[in-house]
Amino acid sequence: MREVAIIAYAQTPLVRDCGSKNDVELVMEVVHAVKKQLNFTNKDIDFFCSGSCDYLGGSAFAFVNALDALGAVPPINESHVEMDAAWALYEAWLKIQTGHANTALVYGFGKCSQGDLPDVLTLQLDPYYTQPLWPDSISLAALQAQALLDAGKITEADMARVVQQSRANAKAKPTAQLKGDFTVEQLLAEPKLVSPLRRHDCPPVTDGASAVILATREVAERFHKRNAYITGIDHRIESHQLGTRDLTDSLSTRLAAAGAGVAKGKVDIAELHAPFSHQSLLLKQALGLDDSTKINPSGGALAGNIMMSQGLSNFGEVAQRIIKGEANRGVAHATSGACLQQNLVAVLEGK
Amino acid sequence: MSEKIEMIECPVTLSYNFSAGAAPTRFLRGMKDGRLTGQRSPLTGKVIVPPRGACPESGLPTSEEVALPDTATVITFTIVYLPIPTSKLDPPFVVAKLVLDNSDQTFILLVSGCANEDVKIGMRVKAVWKDQSEWDYSMDNIAYFEPTGEPPVDIEALKTRRLAEARQYIEKKAGSK
Repeated sequence: MREVAIIAYAQTPLVRDCGSKNDVELVMEVVHAVKKQLNFTNKDIDFFCSGSCDYLGGSAFAFVNALDALGAVPPINESHVEMDAAWALYEAWLKIQTGHANTALVYGFGKCSQGDLPDVLTLQLDPYYTQPLWPDSISLAALQAQALLDAGKITEADMARVVQQSRANAKAKPTAQLKGDFTVEQLLAEPKLVSPLRRHDCPPVTDGASAVILATREVAERFHKRNAYITGIDHRIESHQLGTRDLTDSLSTRLAAAGAGVAKGKVDIAELHAPFSHQSLLLKQALGLDDSTKINPSGGALAGNIMMSQGLSNFGEVAQRIIKGEANRGVAHATSGACLQQNLVAVLEGK
Repeated sequence: MSEKIEMIECPVTLSYNFSAGAAPTRFLRGMKDGRLTGQRSPLTGKVIVPPRGACPESGLPTSEEVALPDTATVITFTIVYLPIPTSKLDPPFVVAKLVLDNSDQTFILLVSGCANEDVKIGMRVKAVWKDQSEWDYSMDNIAYFEPTGEPPVDIEALKTRRLAEARQYIEKKAGSK
């Protein structure tokens, strides 16, 4: 295995509506920022890979338009996934493993304010039996939360504590969308949005983009004395048939965590892509983490959730803390699909 | 025994608030006033219209505005014989890639005001604007382009001349710093 590190990270401010900026303008912000951190030009980048979803803006080939932000003359080596950009990072990591690249720039973007996001996400469901019923993403998450409550695996107070922690952690992040000090009692006094979920149990709708640069050890050591290396990475998917899944567990996360080797050492921090509060509790259990791991120091998806780039942002958030020496070993997680259908887990270590 | 269901219809509808982007917004504001405005690439000196925010060659933002005339040259074209769903256009009609004078990027517009058979590559054309009362933040303010009657242009020569002009602009800018 070639040693691959994350050597640069940038994210736009997490906002409900980024105004008149289009995809190109969002992507330019983060792509230029990561290149500037390293004084890189396109000549220094062997591979570009992105993650986005054309349904967010409702325009076909929006991801091709966004390429204007890269500068593709002379031609660049480029690819795209219609998934969270964490999976674009996985593709870039593989590209480096094959020896076809030593460096890669990965970015993701989502201007979610253009449509009704919970409805847009309905279109990712099985088109024959589930999608025609139009269950939106919040209703499906509510089903999962209720299943967890019914099974006695969590309580509503547990969910409120996740929100409380997220809002508190996000205070340290100037660009976070939702932050502040709340008590569990305050949160539980809020009305239900879709029972058993309250508004704060759900992720905010966020416009934004993020980008990272990956590099082999030889390149990485030119920039940081201490680097955040990806020492394990795996992703697994479960059935699209919600009825065949155990929604009170996350089997795909368990398998991916085993594949990535999460349990091989102490985990200092974990950035979990848990759009809904109960999913944070579920993921913590599936990943085998205990209270010695600091969960979502950035605030996580409840503090700002850039569709298609939140998973990638988690890699950047963990790497940044490892490079600074705040942590030695961390987990970055990404999810996709309804009720944590697909999960990607990576272990990052400082060396 | 209940009725056997063989088919159901499940229409999919989503509505969006389209945002053009900061750079296209400046272009569309110009259109509302009947002005065509390109934006110049800081790297290549080329004038991009309609602008989308970045110079696609360099990935750099295009902030310098360039006022453009509403005359253009036909780079290539096709005659459409089939009706297009949701389009009010009555076939056959001509869809052409035009390059506006003093700009370096083609865009697709209608050519009319002559027989379809008379449209040629290199033909000089001019915008026919709709009545000012109909102007909006839209390219649709131009109904179509029609021939000016000027002699046709050699598009290879046009390309060479434009590239030289863009280069000169960049050199002049570098020299003045």
